[in-house]
Amino acid sequence: MSRTKGDEEEYWNSSKFKAFTFDDEDDELSQLKESKRAVNSLRDFVDDDDDDDLERVSWSGEPVGRRTRLGSFQSLSDALSDTPAKSYAPELGRPKGEYKDYSNDWSISDTVRRLRKGKVCSLERFRSLQDKLQLLEEAVSVHDGNVITAVLIFLKRTLSKEILFRELELRQVALRHLIHFLKEIGDQKLLVDLFRFLDRTEELALSHYREHLNIQDPEKRKEFLKTCIGLPFSAEDSAHVQDHYTLLERQIIIEANDRHLELAGQTEIFRKHPRKASILNMPLVTTLFYSCFYHYTEAEGTFSSPVNLKKTFKIPDKQYVLTALAARAKLRAWHDVDALFTTKNWLGYTKKRAPIGFHRVVEILHKNSAPVQILQEYVNLVEDVDTKLNLATKFKCHDVVIDTCRDLKDRQQLLAYRSKVDKGSAEEEKIDAFLSSSQIRWKN
Amino acid sequence: MAAHLSYGRVNLNVLREAVRRELREFLDKCAGSKAIVWDEYLTGPFGLIAQYSLLKEHEVEKMFTLKGSRLPAADVKNIIFFVRPRLELMDIIAENVLSEDRRGPARDFHLLFVPRRSLLCEQRLKDLGVLGSFIHREEYSLDLIPFDGDLLSMESEGAFKQVANMMIRMKREFTGSQNSIFPIFDNLLLLDRNVDLLTPLATQLTYEGLIDEIYGIQNSYVKLPPEKFAPKKQGDGGKDLPTEAKKLQLNSAEELYAEIRDKNFNAVGSVLSKKAKVISAAFEERHNAKTVGEIKQFVSQLPHMQAARGSLANHTSIAELIKDVTTSEDFFDKLTVEQEFMSGIDTDKVNSYIEDCIARKHPLIKVLRLICLQSVCNSGLKQKVLDYYKREILQTYGYEHILTLHNLEKAGLLKPQTGGRNNYPTIRKTLRLWMDDVNEQNPTDISYVYSGHAPLSVRLAQLLSRPGWRSIEEVLRMLPGPHFEERQPLPTGLQKKRQPGENRVTLIFFLGGVTFAEIAALRFLSQLEDGGTEYVIATTKLMNGASWLESLMEKPF
Repeated sequence: MSRTKGDEEEYWNSSKFKAFTFDDEDDELSQLKESKRAVNSLRDFVDDDDDDDLERVSWSGEPVGRRTRLGSFQSLSDALSDTPAKSYAPELGRPKGEYKDYSNDWSISDTVRRLRKGKVCSLERFRSLQDKLQLLEEAVSVHDGNVITAVLIFLKRTLSKEILFRELELRQVALRHLIHFLKEIGDQKLLVDLFRFLDRTEELALSHYREHLNIQDPEKRKEFLKTCIGLPFSAEDSAHVQDHYTLLERQIIIEANDRHLELAGQTEIFRKHPRKASILNMPLVTTLFYSCFYHYTEAEGTFSSPVNLKKTFKIPDKQYVLTALAARAKLRAWHDVDALFTTKNWLGYTKKRAPIGFHRVVEILHKNSAPVQILQEYVNLVEDVDTKLNLATKFKCHDVVIDTCRDLKDRQQLLAYRSKVDKGSAEEEKIDAFLSSSQIRWKN
Repeated sequence: MAAHLSYGRVNLNVLREAVRRELREFLDKCAGSKAIVWDEYLTGPFGLIAQYSLLKEHEVEKMFTLKGSRLPAADVKNIIFFVRPRLELMDIIAENVLSEDRRGPARDFHLLFVPRRSLLCEQRLKDLGVLGSFIHREEYSLDLIPFDGDLLSMESEGAFKQVANMMIRMKREFTGSQNSIFPIFDNLLLLDRNVDLLTPLATQLTYEGLIDEIYGIQNSYVKLPPEKFAPKKQGDGGKDLPTEAKKLQLNSAEELYAEIRDKNFNAVGSVLSKKAKVISAAFEERHNAKTVGEIKQFVSQLPHMQAARGSLANHTSIAELIKDVTTSEDFFDKLTVEQEFMSGIDTDKVNSYIEDCIARKHPLIKVLRLICLQSVCNSGLKQKVLDYYKREILQTYGYEHILTLHNLEKAGLLKPQTGGRNNYPTIRKTLRLWMDDVNEQNPTDISYVYSGHAPLSVRLAQLLSRPGWRSIEEVLRMLPGPHFEERQPLPTGLQKKRQPGENRVTLIFFLGGVTFAEIAALRFLSQLEDGGTEYVIATTKLMNGASWLESLMEKPF
């Protein structure tokens, strides 16, 4: 009995005969071809995509007990039959050619269409680079994230890194998807390679730097930050990253030292004001405050001294004074506050100056419940007269109000203020004295 | 039926019914008793579509929140996971599935992705060995959720294509319920957020806008501090103050709310006091009721009057809470700076109020909002100014914010000035975005929603309607992104026969989010006598400046 090759194929492949072959794959294949044909005869009506470019609510579920021999997820090619959720009467009159075999005949556009519906599709047969790129372009043109990602997974596996990168460089949409996908699955290595290839050096640097947020251990984080230093940040950011590293390095030392002191129990400041939290990973200004609080008098040589911090991180005067003020005011160390603002000029005279407005100083002092005498002194130093009067009134610095009213020659206001001071007090007397003075040329 | 959805020109209940139907269909597919395991984030949006009663009708007996390790015991046949397509949630689901107690009665697992399935998620489930455990694994396109009679939101990120798909789907739903295929909307305007980055950064000044700014409105609900809402009982010494936040629903079903929500906050007080007088008078009527008939009539009105009184009490309390904020010195200072920037004053220097805020370590979001506002009003900041701000921020709030600042730059919100030109003043002048004279009580222009600033987005819509964009071609070219108009010709028989005096309906879709103040501005335009257009508003997300910037911040740990 001689058959032609064609007949033989047909014989073995026809569903009537349960094939006995040595090749597992074929066996399953033929079984599935049979069921596939059966299913195709109930072809989904919703397939008329052409006029209605629409991502429909798809109810297609995967059947129970799917079979999968492929170890890792390849390209939607495992579940092999699809079950339409709604069954429709088979459309008579559809040309037979429409019922295609599952593996060989679907064109690129058909493939993409099937992928959009969440149906299965083997991408394996697209072997040439040209086919693969066309597949990608088709996926991009239908704007479906899932499809683009599916194709990219396939390309990532079947193309060399260099070719993949080279091709994506020209295709912005696909490139964006790849970057997003790599971020999602945490493939930091490939992401960094990609940025390096694209010469998006700054993003490369930032992407690497971002990883520090995932490292809890301070020592390890510090080491990691060190690796960030040479990276191609912008000039400004490079300096900041360097500072970040230096700061953490210092904080680790300070923390270790202070914990030791605290436990030893000999140091007054730690006994009186036990620390509420560790200084690790705190911002620079917070660290400075801590230093001004616990280590104010230390010499420049130690890592924990405020002066050292100021120098190392080039903290501007304004910021420094504000922070030191806040810390010393909290400790009610008024002499220290005084010293902050006192400077000796070349003649030996002392004068009070501040790189921040004195109104700010007053606010901070008030917040820390400074005694009125201290408040008064600083309210007096406020330059703007209206502000001075405002603050003095607000904080009940009577003498300042009285003196200012006199300076402004504002009788009405002084008269009005009289009712706010205690009867028979020294302040009342002072007011009366001014009011009756003939030396003052009141304007009202 | 959600009453408040039928009030507008377009009956959005149709949409709501459609999504409810699909939910029912899916639940019935998983036949038998069931328990739903919820992704917490979804409970809010779902609450706008279906109540528990609907779920119960379809044999949902228990509901759990998605969390790790083993699922709670429940005597149900089916377990259905309702989740967003997020990788970290897949890990939790897998844990649940794998630690299922084999000794108990077997339960069927199902999975519903909302709003769409994701390849990466299914891959993850596969890698964890549980993909095949789900019998029904589907997606539920809860895309556009109707919030009110004229407002829809996706409450998610959405791409342009998805939006276009949704338009088509909406059309299908609506035309399905009517006999002939009349177009529902005369115009569709798609606006990308990038066209107007400024507006969400400014503090909203409408009643609803302020509620959102201060307390945050989620899925039409707001949580408020309970102290002001404790019922005053006679003889109670103020004991037992409630500790749980007071939750209120806010939509146009509440008459009073519908009246005041879009007003500038300064105009709300007089409405409330007038209302108080009206309601008092109504209650006083009981003294005038003499005949049985009159008494009966009074009694029948009572429920409505009591509801009105309750509503008035709530909103008076809310207004008081808001007033505490708006009369504070800091609010005033902040608003002054915002208005200075928006009217073009001193946008090119370091601002001392912002410096102060950083020095006092005010919340970073507040600082960033102001700096971004300055940047947008200046078409980018001078390098020196930008570097100065950046340095202050990093030193005060932490170096990891290098990443936050980079994100802001990518979004175009905070960037160096290129080309040395600031073209925002031209845009502002041509489109009249800053109006010095604002009538907050009886507004004549959309700028009332920010007490001076007219939202660029809404101004564009306004000009499109009359006289058309031809008149502002030059300015349009200064705005980011291309713009184009397309007309879809209709066969004569299908052209909507408009009644005399009837307005056109425009669907305006904001891609990238919209604020309540912009919505108020559009509603203002809709009710203008000679406006000519009514608006239905749709968006990817309801947002405000704070929630917007939050999404761009890097979070430590």
